[in-house]
Formats: sequence, structure tokens, C-alpha cells
Amino acid sequence: MARKFTPKVVTANHLLEGDVIYLTADDRWTRNLSEAEMIDDEAHADIRLLFAAAQQSVVVGPYLADVEAGANGPEPTHFREDFRRTGPSNYFHGKQAAKAEA
Amino acid sequence: MYKYNEFDAAFLAERNRQFRAQVERRIDGSLTEDEFRPLRLMNGLYLQLHAYMLRVAIPYGTLSSDQMRQLALLAEKWDKGYGHFTTRQNIQYNWPKLPDVPDMLDALAEVGLHAIQTSGNCIRNVTADHFAGAAADELIDPRPVAELLRQWSTDHPEFQFMPRKFKIAITGSPNDRAVVAAHDIGLRAVQKNGEIGFEVLVGGGLGRTPMIGKVINPFVAKEDLLPYLEAIVSTWNMEGRRDNKYKARIKITVHEQGLDTFRAKVEERYAAVRDQFRGYDQKLLAEIEQYFAAPAYRDGDVAAYTTAYNADPVFRAWVDTNLTAHKRADHAIVTISIKAHGKTPGDASAEQMRLMAHLADKYAYGELRISHEQNVILPHVHKSDLPALHKALKAAGLGTANIGLVSDIIACPGMDYCALATARSIPIAQQIATRIDELKIEREVGELKIKISGCINACGHHHVGHIGILGLDRAGVENYQITLGGDHTETAAIGERAGPGFSYDQIVPAIERLITAYLELRTSAEERFIDAYRRVGPAPFKAALYPEAEEKANAA
Repeated sequence: MARKFTPKVVTANHLLEGDVIYLTADDRWTRNLSEAEMIDDEAHADIRLLFAAAQQSVVVGPYLADVEAGANGPEPTHFREDFRRTGPSNYFHGKQAAKAEA
Repeated sequence: MYKYNEFDAAFLAERNRQFRAQVERRIDGSLTEDEFRPLRLMNGLYLQLHAYMLRVAIPYGTLSSDQMRQLALLAEKWDKGYGHFTTRQNIQYNWPKLPDVPDMLDALAEVGLHAIQTSGNCIRNVTADHFAGAAADELIDPRPVAELLRQWSTDHPEFQFMPRKFKIAITGSPNDRAVVAAHDIGLRAVQKNGEIGFEVLVGGGLGRTPMIGKVINPFVAKEDLLPYLEAIVSTWNMEGRRDNKYKARIKITVHEQGLDTFRAKVEERYAAVRDQFRGYDQKLLAEIEQYFAAPAYRDGDVAAYTTAYNADPVFRAWVDTNLTAHKRADHAIVTISIKAHGKTPGDASAEQMRLMAHLADKYAYGELRISHEQNVILPHVHKSDLPALHKALKAAGLGTANIGLVSDIIACPGMDYCALATARSIPIAQQIATRIDELKIEREVGELKIKISGCINACGHHHVGHIGILGLDRAGVENYQITLGGDHTETAAIGERAGPGFSYDQIVPAIERLITAYLELRTSAEERFIDAYRRVGPAPFKAALYPEAEEKANAA
């Protein structure tokens, strides 16, 4: 039997701002991981990554990141992705600050 | 200080114009990321974890007050109000936006600064002793040679696509403050029969395969230095391995071929290139040297300094740690700590940068330096100005008296910013500094170099820390390995791994146990941590780090 597929989101950096973005199910890019499309199927993940990689004028370096289902959408399983969706720990900058302003 | 001539200014303006057009073409879709990436890296622009990062070179760590003010302007106008000084005598901006970067580069060019060759497989920013031109112990000011090397290596047509990056460090003093033995080429000024030349080291480096540089030539005369370096770099450019980037650095080439074989190839190459250098480089060097003439030192009475030193214990503490002997008895070299306890090592706000620029104008002949240890230096201060200077620094949170002490930690940006990192560095440094401050034992402990890297690439120089900390990702959790006994000076040594790593929560208590063990076993306050380690070896320190293993051994 095939190994169980770890759910994924498509993530990248925004070309102009450089900040972390995620692909949504309706083909938008969001800055909020909870709005990202959680992908449970490997073939679908490949298709979504190709779709993202074709958007050269919007995104840089798209890749598939491991996630797990949480109460408010996908949650990171690795600390690197947790930092990416939050911002640095030494200053209240990046996503955590943007969220506080919103 | 060096001032750009017409050629320098025209070259930089053209390069910036080209990059502006490249950014435009990337944004309008004419360039793909694969096409654009090498172009942006050549101009110091990285894409990191949360944003772009612009790395600006501070050649040989020297800044004028006007340049420092411009760095503050960039921080304020296009970033989040601060900059991060690095172990490579660069400054990094962590939050620029791609469309703004060409304007940032133009603003830097206004004051003779650039971000060229701060990335890529080329010769990087040449680093130097941060006390150069001021230190009492130096034979020569190494900066004119460093500036010559900057001009030679910038856009050098043969050295733009080498097997890997290449780093050169230079010191004019026998007391090595530039870690020259941990560079691809290290240069140490030496004197032979009254003539000044350079001892040339090759094949040093940190990273995943740390090595101490080896002396390839004990004495290269000043006029032969540039062709000799050209011979080394071009030999490695041909011989260096391009099949495996982890084996591409010159340290591996020298290690695999052996120093004698590599030296023979360099000599052969040198014989071929020597005649191409017909003295123009020496003429240029003579011109460059004029820019580095010492300032017109002012004379004056130093009684105010002595009075303050005797009367004010806070001032005295700062003088005892943050000052270094100047070549003139009535002046001092002042190191401004940008490592207040609990703050991010190497970060300075735009206001702090402006204040330091202002104080440099007022008290230090308009000169500043950036150290690889991530502090700012005022190289020439008349001693009578020290009380006023200290007062001004203290008021701005820049008066921390901790140079060389536990909290004067080198830390790379780590996983708070860096895309390569495997763990965080900055919070570990913040917590160690906060803890040592709480314990009130920092001065008692004395000189102790802690250096932290957030990945195996070792930007935080952990291999040469008395205590080195390396952050790794172990099965999806941050884990910190400790090395002991490293040395970053003229007696350079690579630290030895102490044992299994510690979790994020356990690393600071582990460091505290090391410090406590040191205090218990040292013979006197004069015996530094590194001296004690050399005397007793790692065993007592390992026992302090791993008490459970110790108990088990005793029970058995």
C-alpha cells in the first residue's frame, strides 16, 4: 500500500513584497495560512504546484509545505513553516504585526 | 578615508542603472526568476524567509559619518527603521520591497557604498581589523591594501563565476582581530629586514568543514602581493571542484591536493602573471594610501578623563571593557556595544545610527568602524571627550559595558530571518545575555566569547567561539550543539564538540552550568575561560553539561 500522503499547502514569496503567501482553493494568493487550500491528494498537489509555478509575475519559489488540519484551517507541522506564517521572534514584525493591524 | 574617483562613481552608476532595468524587466515579466536570481544576487539582493534582504558591503569595516547617516536613511525610508550589522562587516536590511531596491542602491551610491559581490561565487567584501589605522599594536594600516583588493576584485572578469564564494581578510597587527585564519585567504602584515610584507594564509574557513588557514607563503613583499593573490585565486578557479558545492571551497582544494602541491601550482601561475602587473597597482596603492592618512589629532589635557574614571563607577566599568589602546597615548579606541542585554546582537535603529554618526563628527574625526563581532567603533577619541561621549551613548541605550564579556555574543540571523537556517540564533543570544545580567556575574566571569550559528554554514563563527553553539533541526525540533575551546585570534583553533545537543529550552541552562563550572575550577580571576579549558581539558565541562551521565558513571 502507498505511504499515507501528508497534507500540503502551496506556499511561495510574493514577487514585489517578498512576503509569504499561500494558494487558495479559488486560485487566489492569500497572506493567511488559514485561508490556504489544504491538499490531501498527491496528484492534485502536483497540479496545484504547476499552476503556482506558472505565475512567474506574481510569486517566487513556490513549493509544497506539510500541514495538518486545525480548527481554523491548515496548521504547520514544522517550526520553519510556523515562523514563516508568524514573523521573527525578536521583533513584532511581519505577519504577526499585519494581523494585529487588520 | 577613501573617496570614490570619477571611475568608481561612473562604474557604480552604470551598474545601478543596469540593475534598475533588470528589476523592471523582472516585474514586467520579461525575465523569469531563474534568469533574474543570479542578477539580483550579484547586487546583494536575497530572498529570505519573510521578505527580501539587501546586504550592503562596508569595505574593510570603515564608514564615514555621512555614510552611517545614509545607512540610517535607508533603514527609515525603505525598511523597518533598523539595520543588522553582520560578521562579514556588512549591513543587512531585512524588509526591502523589490521595486524600492534600485532607489536604495542609488542612495548608497551617493555616499560611495554598494551591495556588489555581497553574494555569488566571486570575491566577497574584503574584511579587516576593525581597529585598523588606530591600534597601538599595528605594524601598518591594512586598509589601503584592502581598498586595492576591493578595486581589483570588483567586477574582475576572470573571477565572477568561480567554483564558490571567496573571502579575504587582512590584518596589519600581530594580534589578529580579523579571524584571518578562517578565510579563504588571510593576510597578516609582517616585517622582514625592515621591509613590510604579508604572511599569506590559504584554505581557512568555517562552515560544514572547518579548517584553519595554512601559511602558503611566510613573506610576500607589498609590491608582489596583488599578482600573488591573483595567482592563488586563478589557480583555485581552475583546480577547485565544480562537481560538488560542498567540496568547492579552496580549503578543500588545498586539503585534497596538499599544501605543497597547491603551492607549486600557485608559484607556476605566479611566474606567468607577475609581468602583467607592471607597477600600475603600486601607483594606485600609493594614491589610495593618501586617503588613509591619520586625522589631525588634537592635543589636550586628559585630566577630565582621569577625574571621571576615579569618580564614576559606571564610566569606569565602561572604560575597562569598551576601550582599546590607541597608537596615541592621549586618544582611545571606543567600541560601542550594540548588544545591550536582551537586544538583538548587531542591530542598530536609525536613531542610534544617526546618533553614532553625530558623535563620530563631534568626538572621532567623523570616522566609524564596524567589527565582525557586530559592534560599532569610534577609532579615534581624545580621552578628555570620553566622559561626554559615554553620557551621550548611555542616554541612547548604547552605553552597555560588555565588550569581550559573556553578553557580547556573535549571533547570525538564524531562522528568524534566514532561509538557510535550521534553528533560531537570536533568541538564544538574547536569553543568555538576559540571564547573565540577572545573575550579576558577568564582570566576575570576564572574557568569554560565545558565538552562535543557526546552521552548519557557521555565519555566527561558532567553531571559533570559546563556547560555540550550533542550532540544528533534529527530527523537526530545534536542537543546539555545543563546541568548546575555539579561538578566533592569532592562535586560532576549532572548538571540539562537547556531546549531545540541547533543546531550545535547555540550551541556556546548559550554558549557565558551563559558566558556573568554570568559576569553580579557575585558579584565579586572571585565568580566562579559554585558559582554564586549555589547562583542564573538556572533562569537567562535559561533567557540568551532562550531570546525568556523570551520575551514571559514578554509580557504575
